[in-house]
Amino acid sequence: MTNEANLQHTVSAPKVKKRKLASLDQRKARAGWVFVLPFVIGFIIVYLPIIFNSIKMSFFSLEVVTGGGFRLDFVGLENYQYALFEDTSFVETLVTGMKELAFDIPAILIFSLFMAVLLNQKMAGRAVFRSIFFIPVILSTGIMESIEGQNILGTYMDQAGGVDDGSGSSTASEIVTAIDIERLFSSMKVGTGLVEYVVDMINQIYDIVNRSGVQMLIFLSGLQSISPAIYEACRIDGATSWETFWKITFPMISPMILVNAVYTIIDSFTTESNSVMTYIAGVYKSSDGQVRSSAMAWMYFLLVMLILAAVGGLFSAFVFYNRRD
Amino acid sequence: MDTNMQNTPKITKESKNKIRVEFERTPLKERLKAKFMNMYFFQRVAFYIFRLVLLIGVSYVVLFPFFTKIAGSFMSPEDFVDVTVRLIPKNFTLDIYKAVLTELNYVQAFTNTLIISVSGAILQTFVCCLIGYGLAKFKFRGNKLIMMLVILTMIVPHQTLQLSMFMQFRYFDVLGILSFLSGGANIAFMPEAFNEMLAGINVINLPDHGLALTNTYWPLLILSATGLAFKNGLYIFLLRQFFTGVPDALEESAYIDGSGVFRTFLTIILPLSVPMMVTVFLFSFCWQWMDDFYTELFFTTNKIKLMPDVVDIPNSLKMDYAGTNMYEAAIRNTCGICIIFPLVILYAFCQNFLVQGIERSGLTAD
Repeated sequence: MTNEANLQHTVSAPKVKKRKLASLDQRKARAGWVFVLPFVIGFIIVYLPIIFNSIKMSFFSLEVVTGGGFRLDFVGLENYQYALFEDTSFVETLVTGMKELAFDIPAILIFSLFMAVLLNQKMAGRAVFRSIFFIPVILSTGIMESIEGQNILGTYMDQAGGVDDGSGSSTASEIVTAIDIERLFSSMKVGTGLVEYVVDMINQIYDIVNRSGVQMLIFLSGLQSISPAIYEACRIDGATSWETFWKITFPMISPMILVNAVYTIIDSFTTESNSVMTYIAGVYKSSDGQVRSSAMAWMYFLLVMLILAAVGGLFSAFVFYNRRD
Repeated sequence: MDTNMQNTPKITKESKNKIRVEFERTPLKERLKAKFMNMYFFQRVAFYIFRLVLLIGVSYVVLFPFFTKIAGSFMSPEDFVDVTVRLIPKNFTLDIYKAVLTELNYVQAFTNTLIISVSGAILQTFVCCLIGYGLAKFKFRGNKLIMMLVILTMIVPHQTLQLSMFMQFRYFDVLGILSFLSGGANIAFMPEAFNEMLAGINVINLPDHGLALTNTYWPLLILSATGLAFKNGLYIFLLRQFFTGVPDALEESAYIDGSGVFRTFLTIILPLSVPMMVTVFLFSFCWQWMDDFYTELFFTTNKIKLMPDVVDIPNSLKMDYAGTNMYEAAIRNTCGICIIFPLVILYAFCQNFLVQGIERSGLTAD
């Protein structure tokens, strides 16, 4: 009960309007604010100025003064104009980057859902496989990613043929070629587009595995929250596992699919190995590029937001929420 | 079973607490046939093999790059021009390790990065728990808005904020107060005289009108303590999901027993969520350890050695021959191994929690 007294001192943050709230609700609302206080403070003091300055700077030109410090001059939309019309490769990089992602994101989602379903089954060595699958999430980020980016060792070691190890240049060592798959699919009457997609997906497996760790984690936790009683009931009613997957697992996991779609988009768009990001980082380091890179990054961000909104809207129409109340 | 029940079993041997009964059983061959020669069994075996092959295949894909790195790190320069040498080194040597560990300030980088990562990860885990719990369990006005802001911090790519983030910490200031007190305030659209008057204020003497926090640990700590550091949006989201799954009844019974909100959080909720916390700790520690974006952004001089500085070619190994490219790639990869080695050990200890964390997050209300 002492907390009540304390709370009234500590929480001076936004007041909850006095409505007909029960006292406990009111107290809990205040406690809620205390819990999120670190974030609110940080957001106002650190993050908001950063965002504000970043937007501001994209409209300015930056000059480093020799005595230390810098000078900003307002130039209006010049940086944006530069990025769109003068810089020869920005728009091109953007378009190819988008194309890559349109390919990658469904691949990552499908792969991670598939793997999560597999890893959720009871079997010998499940823990071992799980811990192997999460290795890339932990180890192949940041520094490792930048080492990997220019890695020729893997290709060299693997010249006998095998897996694309992320070096991206190992055309000689593709696991499957389009011809293998085409032979397989030719009798099924599917278009060449799908064939190419599958071939690319298999050959980029390293990249996809690397980038689907967190998604697998989210899917796994989603799968765990489905009540086993439902599966049991299904089995008793004689449903096959295929039916169970589409009628039970898929709808129940659909909120997680939305979450993962959003996360994958964000992650793939903002990761350092993304071609647009690499390009922007390159511009940042060039002379006079700092403000230009901000302008580019903000345009890119707007595009990402648009795509996110579109995908979010599209997916949320199909999401099934298991409302208990 | 039914058939056996009908015929009376023949007792062959009986002792004090054991009894041997002879049934009229179907012969072994028939029984095995019934058990194994059906579609259901074949399907299961086929699926089992398919699953195993797939999992082993993907595991191979994941582990192979690490094998190549490890193999390359033990090779001597000659091995890289020898066509017959692939994964297994012919002239086994530890030269690369020796050079990397001694010439590239590995120990300094290790200690500095350890300080940053441990303090950052502990702060991030705790703060994200607080925020995640606040968002999951309390209905207050603005709850949704704050969740949106958390997601916003996740969406904005950090490259977008690179320059202004650097500026923010190079001239660190709390809402313009420091700048105002040191006479750096300058308000546009105000008369010149007013701005001059503002410039005359000199309570604190700060030449830059702000604290220079770059090249210290402060930027990373401030970001960690406010849940804004690398991928914190994701941690907050994961923890929020987890706490939403914790039954309300637990807290309600604690409240009835007279425990306050914070005591309940510290003594009931946190111990319950140890696996999830370890998961978040593992992520934040490893990602901070491997991070080269923030460290390169905030540490502009080379005075404080950090992990990204370790990735380099040691002087004693610089040589010019046919295999130079490959050799240097191997050296860089060896640096990578040295960097991730502590993480591998940490992961070996924590992976159990990681898996548990997943399983527990499915803790549902009913």
